[in-house]
Amino acid sequence: MNYLDSLEALRTQFPSYKSGVTLHNYSIKKVTKASIVMRITLLSLVILTVYGFYTFDYKDIRIIDAITQALTTFKTMFTQPRFNHFNFGQGVYQVAVTLGLTFLTTLIGAFIALFLGLFAAQNLSSTVVSNAIKSFVAVIRAIDTVLWVLIFAVAAGLGSVAAVIGMTFHTIGYLIKAYSESFEELDPGVIEALRGSGANWWQIVFQAVIPSSATSLLSWTFMRFEINYAVAVAMGAAAGAGGIGFELFMAGNHYYDLREVGLITYFILSVAIVLELVSIRLKLRLNTH
Amino acid sequence: MNLLEVTNLSKQYGHDLLALQNISFSVQNGEFVAVIGPSGAGKSTLLRCINRMIDPTDGEVVFDGVQMSKLKKNELRMQRRKIGMIFQHYNLVSRLTVIENVLHGRLGYKSTFAGIVSHYGKDEKKQAFEIIEMLGLTEQVYKRCDQLSGGQKQRVGIARALIQNPRMMLCDEPIASLDPSASKVIMDYLRNISTKLGITCLVNLHQVDVALNYADRIIGVNKGKIVYDGPPNLTPEEVYMIYGSAAGDLIFDVGGQHAS
Amino acid sequence: MRVEALVKKRKYNVIFFAVLLILTLTSIVLTEFDAAKGITSIPRAIRWATSNFYPDIKSLEKIPRIWIKLRETIFLSIAATTMAAICAAFLALLGSKTTRVNRLLGAASRGISSIFRNIPLTAWALILLLSFGQSSLTGFFALFFFNFGFLARAFVDTIDEVSSDGVEALQAAGATYFQIIFQAVIPTCLPQMISWILFMIETNIRSATLIGILTGTGIGFIFELYYKSFQYHVASLVVIFIIISVLVIEFISNYVRRVIL
Ligand SMILES: Nc1ncnc2c1ncn2[C@@H]1O[C@H](COP(=O)(O)OP(=O)(O)O)[C@@H](O)[C@H]1O
Ligand SMILES: [Mg+2]
Repeated sequence: MNYLDSLEALRTQFPSYKSGVTLHNYSIKKVTKASIVMRITLLSLVILTVYGFYTFDYKDIRIIDAITQALTTFKTMFTQPRFNHFNFGQGVYQVAVTLGLTFLTTLIGAFIALFLGLFAAQNLSSTVVSNAIKSFVAVIRAIDTVLWVLIFAVAAGLGSVAAVIGMTFHTIGYLIKAYSESFEELDPGVIEALRGSGANWWQIVFQAVIPSSATSLLSWTFMRFEINYAVAVAMGAAAGAGGIGFELFMAGNHYYDLREVGLITYFILSVAIVLELVSIRLKLRLNTH
Repeated sequence: MNLLEVTNLSKQYGHDLLALQNISFSVQNGEFVAVIGPSGAGKSTLLRCINRMIDPTDGEVVFDGVQMSKLKKNELRMQRRKIGMIFQHYNLVSRLTVIENVLHGRLGYKSTFAGIVSHYGKDEKKQAFEIIEMLGLTEQVYKRCDQLSGGQKQRVGIARALIQNPRMMLCDEPIASLDPSASKVIMDYLRNISTKLGITCLVNLHQVDVALNYADRIIGVNKGKIVYDGPPNLTPEEVYMIYGSAAGDLIFDVGGQHAS
Repeated sequence: MRVEALVKKRKYNVIFFAVLLILTLTSIVLTEFDAAKGITSIPRAIRWATSNFYPDIKSLEKIPRIWIKLRETIFLSIAATTMAAICAAFLALLGSKTTRVNRLLGAASRGISSIFRNIPLTAWALILLLSFGQSSLTGFFALFFFNFGFLARAFVDTIDEVSSDGVEALQAAGATYFQIIFQAVIPTCLPQMISWILFMIETNIRSATLIGILTGTGIGFIFELYYKSFQYHVASLVVIFIIISVLVIEFISNYVRRVIL
């Protein structure tokens, strides 16, 4: 039996679902708002990119030459890494300083953000307070950490104090957003039930809100720890906060020592990869619980 | 001639997990076979070994006279398009519309380029619309699949398989995510596809009662082995043999309310 | 039993906070952080900022100069992300479980993306400075490499998460590799990918300040110029421009996300 005939036969077997919708042109594409916006977005990105390349300030660099030279530089950097101005032990110490900076700023930031996050969560606070905190935090996050550090440096001088405060500031901004969104995901029934049983605000927070969002809080905090590690390296290089970032800056911008730059990059990279692996593990464990 | 011939099929995962052990059976053209067994018995693995979505460790599958294990990439495509597949989770591209998903069933017949740019022939589109109408989805043609109910999604899945012009349907727990009334609709469609179109159906099922009501033949699988192969009138002892200790409450379901 | 569990939990809590305390003290020693100085410097910073760090009338004259640099930075961020996204998409196809060609290439691809994203932007900037000097290209390549690694990972996660079901169905129907990519993977993943690209552009504009300070280009350069020469009114104007551009881009991308996701 021919396939189409058999389909016809099949059709007669089924209750007719005739709907009055007739399909004459057999068109298969349907334009939606989403697909239009997607196309416009992609197209704009391409146009802006092309225009960008056209207007960049190349400073008389011959691109091909520069790229070939960059490749040679990379080769020297990463195939012949070497200590020059310090030794392995000092390298480890500098990494520890950077990690210390990371830890301190993440911890203080998390602590403060936890409290402010409660007031920023729509379901735990008033709309006015929540919106006020959220807009303030959006502005804090719009400015890169290095600017915060430099602003505090005017009052505290360049160094670890300005770095810790500036980094903490940005961390708070980031974590308030993350934490308050985690709190807002809480099942409203739980809060209602506790409120109905006469629990006050602090009891609700400590008995329901924090325990049930603990995993996501922890996961966000560790994610920020990872980010802060990169920021701490940056503050060492750009804002005199010390640590491995400062050594990198000296090797690259002061001694022009390719091999040491390569070596320091390996140091930084290996710690970052370890942090990432821990973070992936942590997330897996949190998700399965 | 048998449409499907499975001989001594085995599948091993890792070092010691034998998901299938020496499975042999054959299916005739037009038969409606239900494969039942507890979860983890190896039903999904068995089905996927037939169209080589999973490569078996050992044994042979002959479909429509062709030895599946010998096929090269392109020949495998040709063979696969003769086999429609229905999934528990429908496996639709949920951001695309119903019609786009249905036409995916034609990709096996097209050149790579035509497939990439969604260039379908007029007759293909016409056929797609007819099948969609037949499955009662006309009003949903241009809806995105993530806006459909479970039963509607599974009907899209059936339409996508039907437009392949298949000789056989492999259905992996087609109703496991559906409510009873949608389940009945889907099973009725599958039964009719088998009876009226002569398309062979191999259906994995979890529910014994449904299997008994719809199938011409039951294959019971437990721990990777076939423990029953015969007509759909199982005794409670046989059900117990297939399901083991998990059978307890299933036995009372036998002969449930589904009518074919 | 319950009591024992409680005691055990309390024991864990005590250990947890003890470890936290030790790490904190170690960090304070290592970084030579002076808490007292830190706390007292906050009010001083606020006092200083309110009396110096705001734009005055005269600083407005510098707007054209700032605008040129800001525009350069925005274009740089977009161009770096777009180019990185194109390269990352290919790497992600090789790296994802659903679309990889084979295991070996899959592992290699994930290794490459891990190296690129785990070298911090700072390191990229300083490395590239040695070859490209103080030109836009240093910033471009620094952002490009970092974005490439980051987006490759994000894309792999996206493909792994959302497209395996549809891919399986098309494989079973006899579709070819590229048909599957275009008919199942791209339609399901594109919105999420665009969302990641927009996120990356936002991040880039923020980080452009840092890169600019390190490499002497773009908006970061002009900030540092005025900051180092104590022209705080102009420097604050630069900051305001950065805030506005980040917020505007955030607004646009939130709109796009709302519509497409
Ligand atoms: N990809 C895989 N890797 C390892 N083990 C698997 C894999 N897929 C299935 N299994 C195992 O094989 C056995 C059979 O699984 P499956 O065929 O899915 O059973 P069913 O469909 O009957 O529930 C189970 O023990 C399952 O855990
Ligand atoms: Mg299964």
